[in-house]
Amino acid sequence: MDTTPIINNFKSEEYQINMGPQHPATHGVLRLLLTIDGEIIKKVEPDLGYIHRSIEKMCERDSYQQIVHLTDRMDYLSSHINNEAVCLTVENALELEIPERVKVIRTIIAELTRIASHTLWWGVMGMDVGALTTYFYGFRDREMINDIFEETCGARLTMNYNIPGGLMFDIHPNFVKRTKEFIAHFKTKLPEYDLLLSNNIIFRKRMEGIGILTKEDAISFGASGPVGRASGYSCDVRKHHSYSAYDKVKFNEVLKTEGDTYARYQVRVLEMWESLSIIEQLIDNIPEGDFFAKTNAVIKLPEGEFYQKVETARGELGVYIVSTGTKNPYRMKFRSPGFSNLSLLNHIAVGGKIGDLVATMATLDLVIPDIDR
Amino acid sequence: MNITKNIHEWLFSLMPETTASIVEMALIAVVYLGIFAVAGLYLVLLERRVAAWFQLRLGPNRVGWQGLLQTMADALKLVSKELTGTFKADKFLYNLAPYFVIVTALMAMSLFPFTKELHAFDINIGIFFLIAISSIGVIGILLAGWSSNNKFALIGAMRSGVQTISYELSVGLSLLTIVLMTGSLQLSQIVEVQKHGWLIVQGHIPALIAFCIYMIAGTAETNRAPFDLVEAESELGAGFHTEYSGMKFAYFFLAEFINMFIIASIATTVFFGAYLSPFGITESIPLLGVFWFLGKTLLLIFLMMWFRWTFPRLRIDQLLVLEWKYLLPLNLMNLLLMALMVLLGLTIQF
Repeated sequence: MDTTPIINNFKSEEYQINMGPQHPATHGVLRLLLTIDGEIIKKVEPDLGYIHRSIEKMCERDSYQQIVHLTDRMDYLSSHINNEAVCLTVENALELEIPERVKVIRTIIAELTRIASHTLWWGVMGMDVGALTTYFYGFRDREMINDIFEETCGARLTMNYNIPGGLMFDIHPNFVKRTKEFIAHFKTKLPEYDLLLSNNIIFRKRMEGIGILTKEDAISFGASGPVGRASGYSCDVRKHHSYSAYDKVKFNEVLKTEGDTYARYQVRVLEMWESLSIIEQLIDNIPEGDFFAKTNAVIKLPEGEFYQKVETARGELGVYIVSTGTKNPYRMKFRSPGFSNLSLLNHIAVGGKIGDLVATMATLDLVIPDIDR
Repeated sequence: MNITKNIHEWLFSLMPETTASIVEMALIAVVYLGIFAVAGLYLVLLERRVAAWFQLRLGPNRVGWQGLLQTMADALKLVSKELTGTFKADKFLYNLAPYFVIVTALMAMSLFPFTKELHAFDINIGIFFLIAISSIGVIGILLAGWSSNNKFALIGAMRSGVQTISYELSVGLSLLTIVLMTGSLQLSQIVEVQKHGWLIVQGHIPALIAFCIYMIAGTAETNRAPFDLVEAESELGAGFHTEYSGMKFAYFFLAEFINMFIIASIATTVFFGAYLSPFGITESIPLLGVFWFLGKTLLLIFLMMWFRWTFPRLRIDQLLVLEWKYLLPLNLMNLLLMALMVLLGLTIQF
């Protein structure tokens, strides 16, 4: 049968729309310049720089002890892990022997930070797809961790606990008890997360099959953390380049192969279980001893280039220091996970709807100060 | 009722018939306006308290006893706020839009039978009028989005158009299914039929299906979550009313709650016997009908709030797929099933 092609007489017109810098879905001051045709995304151009504080440049001015107080302001949801990255770089450069106690406490703190970050992400993720109640569930559980941190180091958001050489103070006497309380509490609450959101039919339909990132693309875009692992790219720094006490604990690297938004969601939820198990293994076995290794009052790194990477809640954070042997770094550079993860947004969001873009962006878990620094 | 009867007689004795009926209508309108402005305000409070309850927080409980004056305070604030607008907005349409929404919402309110006597406006095309009136509201939303000169508002308005036109069908068809049993569109007639059992019982399976479809479509028509794509906070900021402030915003806001009340009231009237008490336990005291009517309505409103604070939002294409591929065919089949049932006399009547 002869079929005549349908001639589309209606011309559709693309138009541009500014998503941000003040927009609920960008979680901060990220500006996305969207080119859309009706509801279909044709192009996403991230425009950065709205919260650039030139932290890297400021680091060149500061001593190594002072730098630690800047880095927790990058990815403020993984502040302990950011600080740990800087400390590890400095300690490796100095070839310091770090007490076992410090390593274990750092690991516990880092995993608590990861859970705190993921619970917040989970709450906000639900909010981005329209389920407002998740936000409060997430914050309820994050609150307990914040209380532990407040008791430990005095702060609740931009926390400073790690210093080059060890920890600022020893853990609070309540630390172990409260952490155990949290584990018991969170183990009953985490299944609720699945009941409320993960298994919801609307949520599944919204998340499955959109924003697909293949393994090859994940590698070529430099994706890391849950974003990379959801695409089947085994990139857990804790596993492959173990640091602190991660070589002493058993945990699985959560890997999914679908690469879609739901896979990224699942990876994060499952990672919370893994983090819980890591804390459980360590919390009873904190070795006795010093909580810091002796360093000079003025730390001078030997001449050379030093690099150390850690796994933050968002992915691989790299710290690169060029030292000329003075008390300040000659050049400091952070490889932040958010930046690479944002770079692939255009690649995976094109062709989807505005709602898809918001859901996809939510699973990239962007923290804008981490991208802008 | 006696009071209304007395006022009625007094008015008609005071002035000529035409003037008296106009004055009477105006009086009723004012009373209804007052009642529903207050009802809207308290539904806002109820929503906030229910949301708080679902979300592990307390909700507003400081202004007045248990926060009873909270929305009054909010309304005062909104009244005193500056009315801003965008440059290059279509001023006439921009100012007109909120009234479309609020007026249609209030018009629909006049139809409901709170008791047998407390029934302001009983026309023989009641259900039809309700559906027709509630479709006009969307014009206000479209105008608001279009005239605001804001792309986010425009996307919201377009979504609203698509959504309301689609789900209107389901609302209409599911109500039509019930009308098959009553044989009348008049609301007082529909209630009369339910003296032999509420229609959801009388029509059992098809009526239950119709009720489910009606609740889904009704939630969609009021633009509430999980169908709140029109406002879609995380996608569009505030959707069609992004550029509205002060009282004009409040009109949109209140209209949403009054619309929710309307949707629940229609369901109460059509499915759950309006003012009739369960098993006729309080039929001897007609005034208690108000209690039963409001009680049933509030239960349904609570159900809609429950939806809102539990479910994530649908995507626009999923919204349309749900309506055109699932609800509409199901609805048509259900209509056929109900017609067969009525024909074969399979309804349950006490």
